[in-house]
Amino acid sequence: MPEQDPEVRKRNILEVPFGYTEEMAMAEAERCLLCKKAPCIKGCPVEIDIPGFIALVREGKFHEAAGVIKRTNLLPAICGRVCPQEDQCELACTVAKSHKDVRKSVKIGNLERFVADWEMAHYPEVRIEKAPSTGHKVAIIGSGPAGLTAAGDLAKLGHEVTIFEALHRPGGVLVYGIPEFRLPKAIVDREVSNLQKMGVRIACNVAIGKSKSLYDLFNEGFEAVFIGTGAGLPVFKGIKGENLLGVYSANEYLTRANLMNAYEFPERSDTPIIRGKRVVVFGGGNVAMDAARTALRLGAEKSYILYRRSEKEMPARLGEIEHAKEEGVEFLLLQDAIEILGDERGWVKEVKCIKMALGEPDESGRRRPVPIPGSEFTIPADVVVVAIGNRSNPLLVKATPEIRTNRRGNILADPETMQTSMPRVWAGGDIVLGAATVILAMGQARKAARSIAEFLRTGVWKEPNLPST
Amino acid sequence: MGHKIVSNEIIAPSVFRMVVEAPEVAKYKKAGQFVVVRPKERGERIPLTTLMEDKNKGLITLIYQVVGKTTAVMALMEPGEELCDVAGPLGQPTHIERFGTVVAIGGGIGTAPLYPIVQAMKEKGNYIISILGARSKPLLILENEMRQVSDEVVIVTDDGSYGEKGFVTDALKKIIERGTKPDFVIAIGPAIMMKMVAILTKPYNIKTVASLNTIMVDGTGMCGSCRVTVGGETKLVCVDGPEFDAHQIDFDEMMKRLSAYKKHEEESFKLFFEQNKERLARRNVEVRRV
Repeated sequence: MPEQDPEVRKRNILEVPFGYTEEMAMAEAERCLLCKKAPCIKGCPVEIDIPGFIALVREGKFHEAAGVIKRTNLLPAICGRVCPQEDQCELACTVAKSHKDVRKSVKIGNLERFVADWEMAHYPEVRIEKAPSTGHKVAIIGSGPAGLTAAGDLAKLGHEVTIFEALHRPGGVLVYGIPEFRLPKAIVDREVSNLQKMGVRIACNVAIGKSKSLYDLFNEGFEAVFIGTGAGLPVFKGIKGENLLGVYSANEYLTRANLMNAYEFPERSDTPIIRGKRVVVFGGGNVAMDAARTALRLGAEKSYILYRRSEKEMPARLGEIEHAKEEGVEFLLLQDAIEILGDERGWVKEVKCIKMALGEPDESGRRRPVPIPGSEFTIPADVVVVAIGNRSNPLLVKATPEIRTNRRGNILADPETMQTSMPRVWAGGDIVLGAATVILAMGQARKAARSIAEFLRTGVWKEPNLPST
Repeated sequence: MGHKIVSNEIIAPSVFRMVVEAPEVAKYKKAGQFVVVRPKERGERIPLTTLMEDKNKGLITLIYQVVGKTTAVMALMEPGEELCDVAGPLGQPTHIERFGTVVAIGGGIGTAPLYPIVQAMKEKGNYIISILGARSKPLLILENEMRQVSDEVVIVTDDGSYGEKGFVTDALKKIIERGTKPDFVIAIGPAIMMKMVAILTKPYNIKTVASLNTIMVDGTGMCGSCRVTVGGETKLVCVDGPEFDAHQIDFDEMMKRLSAYKKHEEESFKLFFEQNKERLARRNVEVRRV
């Protein structure tokens, strides 16, 4: 897929890939074997009829192709961009298998994205299929991928849906976390506005668990509640110096840059951000790549990824790692931060690191990094971003003791119905999974919506089958 | 869906009292909690405390001091205009119980969040001694309101233009030395004031709480910009606070962290000030140290 030149794009916030033209999409679709087994469908968490939509793309029937995708995926423009296809549908693709190289697979994600964008451009008015109103009131907490999906499914069935969002803008991680250059906000806004056209009410600026409680929602007449509050709790390393000025959690750094538009401070945004010249990002996931690439767009001369294992173990998507490298992000591998050192005024001055070697595999199956004694060294830095993971948002759970969680604070939910331990309460997405993916969140939200709909129809709360902690 | 401004009056130099529609906040807010305000599109999110709520009319009263662009933008807003966003209530409510004698210390604009707490403490049957401090007489706010909910009120000003000359700690010391042992002290004001109060009460073993006003973005525990060290542990002011055991707070670190965007704030305020000089002058807002 054609994209912006790295030297140009690293100084702007516009989306990196340009997308396919119709001809390109049809040519890519030709590469699909339309094989009978269609292992790609099994590789998709929401089981999109992949050969079905690709066959339509081949014939130039893009609108029909969009219809096929939307039968199982409500947010294809988003998933086409942020799904880890190389671990899912594209990994299973027969073409990839025959080449023994996932990079040679049919570009299912790119095609999904094309079809969704094409529909958006040619049919801006959505087809709203909505059952007559049932009068049942459902509350959705959180407007990220899980919340939006559950809201869409339930509104279609004619239920009266209200989404509660703590921030001032709906979209959750799609607007505060994922940068504009990977997922333009306009796409999220469009999906949100489609939901509103279906009658979904969105109440921003309400943090359930603080502003008001789950009990208040039931008192206000909601009959069922879906929790999709995500994994918004930042994790720090717990090393010395993390409270120095210039040290950010990835959440804060990305929220300032994305949601608050800090890259346009002070002319067009009032939210400041420290524009570091030498930025060191801790971590090797997608969020770390987003932060390192955001640093370049904020004018950094040097942007480093500091990761304690080797590139092979990096959890980030291959494409993101490549994009970061093309833009000039430097990878400091098999190295870990052990302390952040500051100047006399409390600002970050340098990061003290130690070299690592890979030992035996740990419980995650990846080889455990072990520090090499005596290998300490320092890197000068004026901004540090800690992007070593997020944990589930504790706000609501802390205020609602009936909801059982595991040791990591994730809500325990029945894997089939997504019911929680509290009657009339369902949960899905990162609040259940820990920090996972958009598509898995959507899959759980759909299951929850089905179960909620059944509950509203029958009035019967069946005992959930909760996993053990 | 904005929040209509009902009134926006000057109550002291650079200090304003804004009444605004926010029915959900008015309904659910408890003493000690705060809101996050984003006055306009492309604006910044800032934490503010509310003075009082009118549940029936769905109104809240915000007290704010112009210290930068965002508050200057608010100072220029007229009744009928709307604040873009008022999020909340957020934070932990104050733990209200019958302690006995409560000394409530408000420094400058800190008296605003203190008022609802004192009101709730008074209702619980505590004996309330309020100490209100300001740099000089015109900067003292809410004296009448505080008198109504206090058993004793001591006023101190740095320059002696009203009440006793000195700091709130001088007044607190006098109270302790006269033989009144406070069972509970709550201090809200500039970080340095809260730090000095904590240092004073520590040797007497008086339970002391400070309410912190750190830099925040989301206000819901997501970004960590408000982190402070309390008893050696990192805490988030927005969700674990805003009140903490004052004897455990690392005030020096907190004060450093408060200065993180000083340069940015001055740059942004200066830009806004140059463009709105006359309107700001009409609202008696002066640009400080730019």
